[in-house]
Amino acid sequence: MTNPGTVLRIPHLQDSLVYVALFQSVKNSSFLRQQLIEGNTTYEYAFLDASTILSTTHVLAACFRAINDATANRLRTRNVHSEIVFALSPNNNIAESFRRFGVADETTSLLAIKVIPTTGTAAGDSSATDAIATHLRGAVEGEPAPFTDEAFAGLSDVTRIRKLYKAPAPGSSRKKTGVNGTSSSLQELKSLESIIIGSMAIKGS
Amino acid sequence: MSTIHIPPSPFNPSDLTLITQGAEALVYKTTFLTPSTPTALKIRPPKTYRHASLDARLTRARILAEARVLVRCAREGVRVPAVLGADWEKGWLALEWIAGRTVRHALDGWLKAHGDDVGSSEGLEVKGLMGRMGKAIAQLHGVGVVHGDLTTSNVMVESEEGLEGDVVVIDFGLAVMSVQEEDRAVDLYVLERAFVSTHPQAEGLFGEVLRVYADGYKGAKGVVKKLDEVRQRGRKKSMLG
Repeated sequence: MTNPGTVLRIPHLQDSLVYVALFQSVKNSSFLRQQLIEGNTTYEYAFLDASTILSTTHVLAACFRAINDATANRLRTRNVHSEIVFALSPNNNIAESFRRFGVADETTSLLAIKVIPTTGTAAGDSSATDAIATHLRGAVEGEPAPFTDEAFAGLSDVTRIRKLYKAPAPGSSRKKTGVNGTSSSLQELKSLESIIIGSMAIKGS
Repeated sequence: MSTIHIPPSPFNPSDLTLITQGAEALVYKTTFLTPSTPTALKIRPPKTYRHASLDARLTRARILAEARVLVRCAREGVRVPAVLGADWEKGWLALEWIAGRTVRHALDGWLKAHGDDVGSSEGLEVKGLMGRMGKAIAQLHGVGVVHGDLTTSNVMVESEEGLEGDVVVIDFGLAVMSVQEEDRAVDLYVLERAFVSTHPQAEGLFGEVLRVYADGYKGAKGVVKKLDEVRQRGRKKSMLG
């Protein structure tokens, strides 16, 4: 059986690894959501609705913010995993951030994230990630998909994402042509990503 | 470049390369979010001569002011460095890396190669660059942002050589939201002074910046007119400070 996820090292975050696994055609979202609500400790993940995720960078920005805030002892939510969901939200309403970015009963594409502390573990020790992989493979009824921008591009609901972050619709901005010529759809997505990540970074100020 | 500065957590000196240093901040090149995303990390180290709580408050206010202006520009569709992360308690701001050269650098190289023969056919390149600068500044002003420290070193051309390439304004550390003709005209005046002092041979070029700027947004022409008044008396109107 293949590992459904990917282990990432985020630059500057020495003490953690991030395990990410993307699934599509997920059939048991309401079960997974229920485990979070019940506080089932074997389900300590951030479960995100992948349709609200624009790109891998979008996810990583939320992970960085959550892990950095956890290290600085200023979590606004229960743990680093709930903080990842909260970090995605452009405002400070925790319940709302879960409704918008967390797994919902209707979720069909799911991103599972787990932060793995690495303090005290030897480099190359893969037992923790193996255990996560095994658990997720059994827990999520869905098709593993690669953690890539292309995969998110196929799953994300860009119109909804624009609405969530109150970003202007493409072409509506007064200065859309720019100094340097017309903008392509790729540039449109890049500039949407800038708005999103910037909003996430300055939230809570 | 080596440094004795100790960056705030989670950053490690060995992952950072010092690019430039101002009175308030150090700018490092590093990666952020992924190992292949080059980033400009702007760190405001604590000033030990200030009372700690005042220092924390000023650092917080300045980092947030810069970040908010940049996000505002992004929302308005103006190309500026994206904000990738921030920690106003620790005093850092992570910004999109803009590859290329400063206009100052690009102009120096060009003037060395071509002399000040701006009227020649190659002069068109320079004029084009000046025009794109004028347009970029007009866009900023048009969305209500005044830069506060416009110089040819704070405008980048996204190219490794030549003058072609997109123009991106950087360093919003002194930027404020304002739609005052006075503030906008002072922005232009500061840039004009910077031009004259760094590229005296190219003084005539600034006219091209203004020509394009004047058509950039509603109200731009009034600002260009106001610039005459500012030239007469200098940057300070209030006689304070």
